[in-house]
Amino acid sequence: MNKNFILYAAILIFGLAAPFLFPAFKVQLSILCVLIVLATTWNIQGGEMGYNSFGNILFYGLGMYLCASVQVGMFFPLAEWTESGGEKTFVHTPTQFFQGMAVGLVVAAVVPTIVAGLIGYSILGLRGHYFAICTLGLGVAAGEISGGIEIIGAGQGFTTPPFPNVGSLEARGEFFYFLSFFTLVLTFIAVRSIYSTRFKLILNAIRDNEDKAEAMGIETMKYKIIGWMISAFFCGLAGGIMGGLVGYIDSTDVAFDGREMGVFMVLMAILGGKGTLWGPIIGATIFHIFKEGFWTFFLGWQYVALGVLIVVIVIYFPEGIMGWLREKYPERFGEVVDEKDRKAQVELK
Amino acid sequence: MDFLVFQYPMITLQACLDGILLGVLFALIAYGMALQWGVMNIINIAQGDLVILGGYIAYFMYLYGIHPAWGVIVAPVIMYFVGIAIYKLVINKVVDRDLFISILATFGISILFMQLMNFAFGADVVLANSGYGTTMLFDNNVVLPNSKIFSAFISIVFAVCLVIYMKKSKLGRAIRATAQNARAAKILGVNTEKVYAATFGINAALCGVAGALISITFTIHPYMGLPYTIRSFMIVIVAGLGNLPGVAMSGMGLGVFEEFADYILGTEFRIGSVFLLLVLILVYRRFKLSRKREYLK
Repeated sequence: MNKNFILYAAILIFGLAAPFLFPAFKVQLSILCVLIVLATTWNIQGGEMGYNSFGNILFYGLGMYLCASVQVGMFFPLAEWTESGGEKTFVHTPTQFFQGMAVGLVVAAVVPTIVAGLIGYSILGLRGHYFAICTLGLGVAAGEISGGIEIIGAGQGFTTPPFPNVGSLEARGEFFYFLSFFTLVLTFIAVRSIYSTRFKLILNAIRDNEDKAEAMGIETMKYKIIGWMISAFFCGLAGGIMGGLVGYIDSTDVAFDGREMGVFMVLMAILGGKGTLWGPIIGATIFHIFKEGFWTFFLGWQYVALGVLIVVIVIYFPEGIMGWLREKYPERFGEVVDEKDRKAQVELK
Repeated sequence: MDFLVFQYPMITLQACLDGILLGVLFALIAYGMALQWGVMNIINIAQGDLVILGGYIAYFMYLYGIHPAWGVIVAPVIMYFVGIAIYKLVINKVVDRDLFISILATFGISILFMQLMNFAFGADVVLANSGYGTTMLFDNNVVLPNSKIFSAFISIVFAVCLVIYMKKSKLGRAIRATAQNARAAKILGVNTEKVYAATFGINAALCGVAGALISITFTIHPYMGLPYTIRSFMIVIVAGLGNLPGVAMSGMGLGVFEEFADYILGTEFRIGSVFLLLVLILVYRRFKLSRKREYLK
């Protein structure tokens, strides 16, 4: 416990100091925080519950659109804003901007949660690959449909309110960094406390054998929906922040980007190790570094590399980094290993 | 919203005929999907990208002055080997594993293909002009491009040939045996590894034919693959595995649905309505199945 406390304190201090240590990477660090949030919350129902979803992008995109729409709509007519391309006609004062952002983020978190609760009963009844394909369809459908709605910019996109002039040029980066870092800390605390309760055991029981769990008297549907709603809450929040950070929302390329962000979440969680607390965090960090390196040095080939990376990770590395560590050093994970077993395994190899 | 559809019967007829001709093509792709799903238990997200790749083969023949209809012969031959290569490199490592692994792996292949095609052929919407002209029916009220009729005809020819091949040939029987019970087939001397490779190759070849036909009748674009995958998946779940008349019927049904969605909701919602239909079908299926489970209790 004591050792853990020092570790957490060190990470927290590092996180708070990071924008001042690496001022050039503020945006990248904020994106990293958002990615970690997405991977960690995907892991709640993907890793712990065994429901592999490509559809969390739905909540992410929904949160993004809602946050920006609320932020604009609270003070200005939304339709005129999207028509004029935003920033030219109307200008947010700093108070309006932060007020709008606060309300927008609350809406962005709450509405996806409610949506997840409403559709959860129908969607979560599907098993295995039907669930995966259905959620993939949901994400893409949301993207296609939102691309046809005029009031949120249709095909031409939606410009989010630009950051107001508050004196310092660095303010925008710092604001978004601390916002996303705070969300990350909140997510981590929430997920960690969830994982130490009976709820996590129920999720694991659903993953291992849903029918048996039901036979043992667990109301599986209720817990599945709750698990999905928790994911949706943080995905919506992350989407709202990301919308402000990117500054421009496009229906299929930024918000409901099922082919990119929707797969990234899954990939990050798998790379780090499904069903562990630290796996998605490590996976997201490594993935983001790899991705940015590739995006910078091999521009144009990034998606080819991404495709190859997915195939390689899935085929050769399905247990992820944490799974690999666990196999190598089981004692560190609190597992008791019989000496005979290990010898037998070595001989087998 | 455009409700002219209901006021003018000719528009309805036009949409129905268009949809049926389109649906035959979908059914051909879905047949390949059903084949590999039934035999190898793999859902191939890259199905649509194989279709588009086949389309580009026909398009390139058109660019070099060969009539694109010959793509119907050339594309499947090339795509067969592409399919075998994909099987050897990736699919044979995920065949026996969790279905989600195979979905994710083929998703990776799909992204890879999409980008490679984008590099090689550019991000423009292209079509191979067949120069077949159009057929007018019912006092010129219904216009059918001959290329659509041609593509539906070729699809049916290929599907019938394949069905006969699966029934009569040695490989076809081996494939069907493997689909029924892979272990038993192995015991009886079927080389399942070869059967799997051939199945994936045949699936890719079917995609190649469909792609060549699509490049003649419609347009192709590197990023248009995913909707074809979803359509074929949807057709297979509605029809069920190994139900060929069902695949044909639900393919045509989907085609008609799409044409009507196009007329009524507008073209921008066409793809969205396909994906929404998928979600609705799956949800319907879930409630139907859960009722069946309750009866068992």
